[in-house]
Amino acid sequence: MDRVTPMPAKPEKKSGPAGFLKFVARNRALYIMLIPGLAYLIIFKYIPLAGSVIAFQDFNIFKGVWHSPWAGFKWFEQFFTYPQLRRLLLNTIIISFYQILFAFPAPILLALLLNELRSMIFKRTVQTIVYLPHFFSWTIVFGFTYMLLSVQTGLLNGLIESLGFERINFLQKAEYFRTIIVGTGIWKETGWSAIIFLAALAGISPTLYEAAKIDGANRFRQLWHITLPGIMPAVVIMLLLKIGNILDLGAEQIYMFLNELTYKTGDVLDTYTYRIGILGGQYSLTTAIGLFKSVVGFLLMVIANRLSKKITGEGLY
Amino acid sequence: MAIKRSPGEKIFDVLNVIFLAIASLLVVIPVVHVIAGSFSSTQALIQNKVFLLPVDFNLDNYQLVIQNKTFWNTFKNSVLLVIVGTAINMVMTLVTAYPLSKSYLRGRKFLILAFVFTMIFHAPLIPTYILIRNLGMLDTFWALVVPPAIGMFNLILCITFFRSLPEELFEAARVDGMSEYRILWQIAVPISMPIIVTLLLFYAVNHWNSYFNALIYITNRKLYPLQLYLYHLLAEANAIDNYRGVTTVDLDTSPQGLQLATIVVATLPIVIIYPFLQKHFIKGAMLGSLKE
Repeated sequence: MDRVTPMPAKPEKKSGPAGFLKFVARNRALYIMLIPGLAYLIIFKYIPLAGSVIAFQDFNIFKGVWHSPWAGFKWFEQFFTYPQLRRLLLNTIIISFYQILFAFPAPILLALLLNELRSMIFKRTVQTIVYLPHFFSWTIVFGFTYMLLSVQTGLLNGLIESLGFERINFLQKAEYFRTIIVGTGIWKETGWSAIIFLAALAGISPTLYEAAKIDGANRFRQLWHITLPGIMPAVVIMLLLKIGNILDLGAEQIYMFLNELTYKTGDVLDTYTYRIGILGGQYSLTTAIGLFKSVVGFLLMVIANRLSKKITGEGLY
Repeated sequence: MAIKRSPGEKIFDVLNVIFLAIASLLVVIPVVHVIAGSFSSTQALIQNKVFLLPVDFNLDNYQLVIQNKTFWNTFKNSVLLVIVGTAINMVMTLVTAYPLSKSYLRGRKFLILAFVFTMIFHAPLIPTYILIRNLGMLDTFWALVVPPAIGMFNLILCITFFRSLPEELFEAARVDGMSEYRILWQIAVPISMPIIVTLLLFYAVNHWNSYFNALIYITNRKLYPLQLYLYHLLAEANAIDNYRGVTTVDLDTSPQGLQLATIVVATLPIVIIYPFLQKHFIKGAMLGSLKE
């Protein structure tokens, strides 16, 4: 690119600390601008990360991080050996697994079906409707679910009774909890998650389809040979993100639906951390759980990314 | 261009339309049911008479909501939370994203990595809680707006957008002697309206909708945001549901209609801005699918 005047912002690259300092001095406005963001990053992200050392301590809030005695891996051992704590991990993994199995493919299917629609008005109407629940809070979604499933006044229970069956207390029974979590998750997010796949579908060149038609491929063959490979990158990326978050179920949703009667199947790492950590004051144990979650999430992401790059050539980075 | 469709394809098209229509209905029915219930009498609700239309149409439930001082106090708190919280979010995100979008900035890669790293390796909840406590923010409004000041995903979106702007424009301004701050506010911001509106909505909806942060940091009922109020209202309802019918507690005063009207009023702001949301969020969601 031709430049008429040498710009102050683009000095000749000088290596070494002297060159760097010179660059900072010349562009100090930009670095000063970064100060609030960096301060925020350090205070609210990295200090708590460093504060995770309390997972290796018998942390006492009055003594603080500096004076609490060390405890080694005691809390991690407890986490893996206490059956009640193992249950949390199991619940978390099972719900995540169901989500990958049922909730993950739903938006892909929805996007594919929307893409096959011929009427644009109908397509836009469906989109307007299915995107909406994404903007409802989990408290509101729980309200809807409650109106549907409540044992006394729920719509579904009214139907069940009118068919001559016993009313079912869906929201207070452990065996329905995971289904309700996955189901309401699908209800709320499927439409919204389909957007990324719709964008991927829109990015497929129409000439590919025309060529396929000339070759006599029907719609199913086109789907198999053009559409699916076309959205594969998006699918892989979304799946990698989900895998990285396997232990993060979002307390926002689960805690709203959870009650004492559903702990058996529904109590997960995040909800337990809130109850026992923040309400119960067991800071070290719950920090150990949190640290475990972060490390596993990080490793899963790295491993899944590497595998995916090898197999599909797609990755997050 | 006439497209010939085989019988199989025609059947598929019909089934597809039917399937998507049913899916849409499944989304709509719970919402309409709640709206219908909010306009119905308590008696009709308890007897399971309400489906998609109000029974014994009346506005009693709404009258109760309007008279409910606790509700309006939490509503007001939430409005304040959205305004102040989003303002902090926007200033922090823009001011951080702008320098990080400059490809010539030394140390840029390292700095971006430092931000992105916190996305894949989260700080656990408890040390964050202890920090907030030590900062004296516990049980204050600030605990809800300062810790989430920058959304990392939104920051990346913003950096990506700024990078697509022509640097020549900024250089010209620099030659004219404009400071970087003025360049950001007077040149970058006005031409970045699409991303700014998107981020604004992302942040605002998030502040309006979440209750869990407030559950963690706020115990003073006067500071409750609307969603935390709803959480307690509905969790209580769910707990009582178990015993209803067992004891014959006065069913006439069941607050169910009130709950429904509260839900409707609390959702109203979202529904009102939904047309904007749909337009700009979709852009944001698609931007998010771009890899750097």
